[in-house]
Amino acid sequence: MSARNRELTALVPVALLLTAGFAAVFAQEGARIDDASLVYGAYFLAVCLAAHIYLRVRLPDADPYLFPLVALLTAFGLVMIYRIDPDLARDQANWFVLGLVLFALTIQFLRDYDVLERYRYTIAVVGLLLLLAPRLPGIGQQVNGAFLGVKIGPLAFQPAEFSKICLVVFLASYLREHREVLIVGARRVLGVTLPPLKHFGPMLVVWGASMFMLVFIRDLGSSLMFFAAFLALLYVATGRFSFVAIGMAMFLVGAWFFASTVPHVHDRVEIWLDPYAHPKGSGYQILQSIFAQADGGLFGKGFGQALITIPGTDNALLPAAQTDTIYSLIVNELGLFGACGVVMIYLLIAARGFKIALIAGDGFSKLLATGLTAVFSIQAFVIIGGVTRVIPLTGVTLPFISYGGSSIVANFVLLALLLLVSDRARREAGAEARLGGLALEGR
Amino acid sequence: MNRQIVKLFSLVVALFAVLIGFTSYWSVFDAEALEEEDANTRPLFEQQQIKRGRILAADGTVIARSVPKGRGESLRYVRRYPEDSLYGHPIGYSFVEEGDSEFEQFHNDELVGNDSEFTSILDELRGHTQEGNDIVTNLDPAAQVVALEGLAAAGFGAVVAIEPQSGRIRVLASNPSFDPNRVPYELTELNENELEAPLLNRATQGQRPPGSTFKVVTAAAGLDSGTITPETTIDAPGVLDVQGLELHNDFDEDFGPIALDTALTNSVNTWFAQLGEQVGQDTLFEYMDRFGFNTKPAIDLPSDQLSTSGIFEEGELLGPNDPIDIARVAIGQERLLATPLQMAEVAAAIANGGKLMKPQIWSRVVDPDGRVTDRLDPSEYSQPISEETAAELNTAMQGVVSEGTGTNAAIPGVTVAGKTGTAETPYNDSCGGGTDENQAWFIGFAPAEDPQIAIAATVECTTQFGNDVAAPIFRDVAETILAGGSGLG
Repeated sequence: MSARNRELTALVPVALLLTAGFAAVFAQEGARIDDASLVYGAYFLAVCLAAHIYLRVRLPDADPYLFPLVALLTAFGLVMIYRIDPDLARDQANWFVLGLVLFALTIQFLRDYDVLERYRYTIAVVGLLLLLAPRLPGIGQQVNGAFLGVKIGPLAFQPAEFSKICLVVFLASYLREHREVLIVGARRVLGVTLPPLKHFGPMLVVWGASMFMLVFIRDLGSSLMFFAAFLALLYVATGRFSFVAIGMAMFLVGAWFFASTVPHVHDRVEIWLDPYAHPKGSGYQILQSIFAQADGGLFGKGFGQALITIPGTDNALLPAAQTDTIYSLIVNELGLFGACGVVMIYLLIAARGFKIALIAGDGFSKLLATGLTAVFSIQAFVIIGGVTRVIPLTGVTLPFISYGGSSIVANFVLLALLLLVSDRARREAGAEARLGGLALEGR
Repeated sequence: MNRQIVKLFSLVVALFAVLIGFTSYWSVFDAEALEEEDANTRPLFEQQQIKRGRILAADGTVIARSVPKGRGESLRYVRRYPEDSLYGHPIGYSFVEEGDSEFEQFHNDELVGNDSEFTSILDELRGHTQEGNDIVTNLDPAAQVVALEGLAAAGFGAVVAIEPQSGRIRVLASNPSFDPNRVPYELTELNENELEAPLLNRATQGQRPPGSTFKVVTAAAGLDSGTITPETTIDAPGVLDVQGLELHNDFDEDFGPIALDTALTNSVNTWFAQLGEQVGQDTLFEYMDRFGFNTKPAIDLPSDQLSTSGIFEEGELLGPNDPIDIARVAIGQERLLATPLQMAEVAAAIANGGKLMKPQIWSRVVDPDGRVTDRLDPSEYSQPISEETAAELNTAMQGVVSEGTGTNAAIPGVTVAGKTGTAETPYNDSCGGGTDENQAWFIGFAPAEDPQIAIAATVECTTQFGNDVAAPIFRDVAETILAGGSGLG
């Protein structure tokens, strides 16, 4: 079976799952199975088929599993959001379609993605500007003490979602060029391998940007995500674990310094360490997140069965259920098994992403695929880790599941880039294999 | 670079494994503890969406039921108590904001229909929504009314009536009671009312000096341990020197050498004080233990809402090796405190040929489809005394009612066995600090030949004696139950 046929086959169960999910929610709400669930399932399948046909034409050799896996997450997210509020689900469905449009446009215009390398500094500056935007007067928006959003007229979005792609593109390109000198120029001082300072300057800029985010944007989650992605790329590019250790130490020192001086960051850490200090105040969200998980148990309460608001009121029992704490709602309704399923999907996406990096021929492709996959995986880790109290809870979205236009659109652009890298890598690998008389099938 | 990519992927796998680990911890391993957290109101909100089962009296009278409020997502159930304050004790209350108490709390799992996770999954697959079970109690509405009316006329106090052969609680009344329907509006006031303490279940939590009713326990220990026989005589002077302090009979009456029946009939202090010393501290403690003293009662109410009976020093329970004036304990004085439930259990054990049954308020659990899913299987708590000792005590206790200190407990045409008690409680703040206040008691059972009901009745802060205020309540309640009461379903 060709790659694209495998993709098509995989999309069918996804659409069926969406149909079944909606049917379950309807059954819970109206005690009847509405035709609408079939209609939604059909629409979803139609949209996915359109994207699939586009991929068939444009990227025939791209990884066949990534798109169905992402579609699965999106379908899952749509059902969960529909269950919270049907109006939000309609918005989310629109964002999904817009996301696919940008996905197609990215593939259309970045067919030759090497062009990104030429504009790497422009991209880096755009990324930094995007990060700064929420602090700009007039368009910046403050959410829960963090500056996460931008609002221009009717259009509101979270620039950090797009900024992360810019950062990865820049780092991949920069490291591809400088990895040799970073390795060769390294010196050992007191048993620690230090990178050459000259070439390390731009790296320090990235560290500075992360710290800057902590202080000015007060976005602990994105800061963590950016810096972790940076370290991952640095490690893959240079193979020097000591660089990672130094980076980590620098981040921890910076984070510790700002955590003790910037009140917002400090509060987040305090809540994380002792949520029971203010169970009805600052600790409410994380405690309710954990209580919701405790309520789910092994098998969960079933779709549509968990409490999100306090009965008889509009007060939230699980705050931000459609964004930050959607994972807790999943555990509540589908139990530990459901949650394992979701984490497994993210893990499979990570596996496919790193696979693309492995078979990619050139350094930029390798680093780009690695960076995109790493930043995506870390984002999932930061928010799931946040609601399960592994790390402090921050306002990062759960990719493809959480409600939010910026998140879903940006992540579809990320997926488009990954598939672009994949298509070229597999085509080249396929050509080599054909030359060697080997089949690509099963790869 | 491929080696690093593989390592990076391993790191991602490890990180995701940590996520699964934490999720498992919260959702499964620590779940039970989290559900118990005070900050966790979720279980209460969820229970509010379940139609909680009804609580019924033995004859089917509805004591508590749940009524729906709101529709759809905001549908919830609120508890109603049609009989108002009649069953404030021992049923208690159950509300989301205010929490729950007493029977409602103890039997919460049955009332909300909490089964194992496996059966609830089966139910879910079958499309059943969780619904609570009804619980039928052993409580007799007619007798409960009589008990509370009697107490209302006499003063603060409590009545406990137990079916001796089964341990079924037929009456459990505490005055003043409270109306559970009012709890959502005035819980704070109820809590802060220290003088009346309406939320205190005096029948199970009220520790009071048992006075002469405790002589029954002393007599049981004396007979059963072989220290005396019913024929053994002890010289009972009007005044006895015990540990350097004089111990008086009523009016300092000198009875001379008398046996148990005369001593019990006339509640002779100097006789029982000497018997107590002969029995000794160890043996008396052993028999107290056998009757259920020195530990929480085995009744189906929350343990933190039950009090232990025993000898207390500043709230600490004393043991057989502590310095205690055993002669005064033998007549129910010293630092001895007992709950009405405990004294009713003493009467019930004697009535049941020496066998003490576990006292239980519930009788059966009925699921929403009307099937009985669980039924009380009466079980023995202990055998404190032999059948022979029980029979001898029974005979002696009959004399108390027929010709002794407890004549007001007599029921025409029925032989009644019992014992009065009047403990002096001067300078008691909860009684207003006067000098003439007593704790008046009556414990007993009827008919003596074939006991159907064992009762303890007590009135606090009264200037009258056990025979004046407690015995009539005993009589009225016993009569109501023997006349068939409201029937035991």
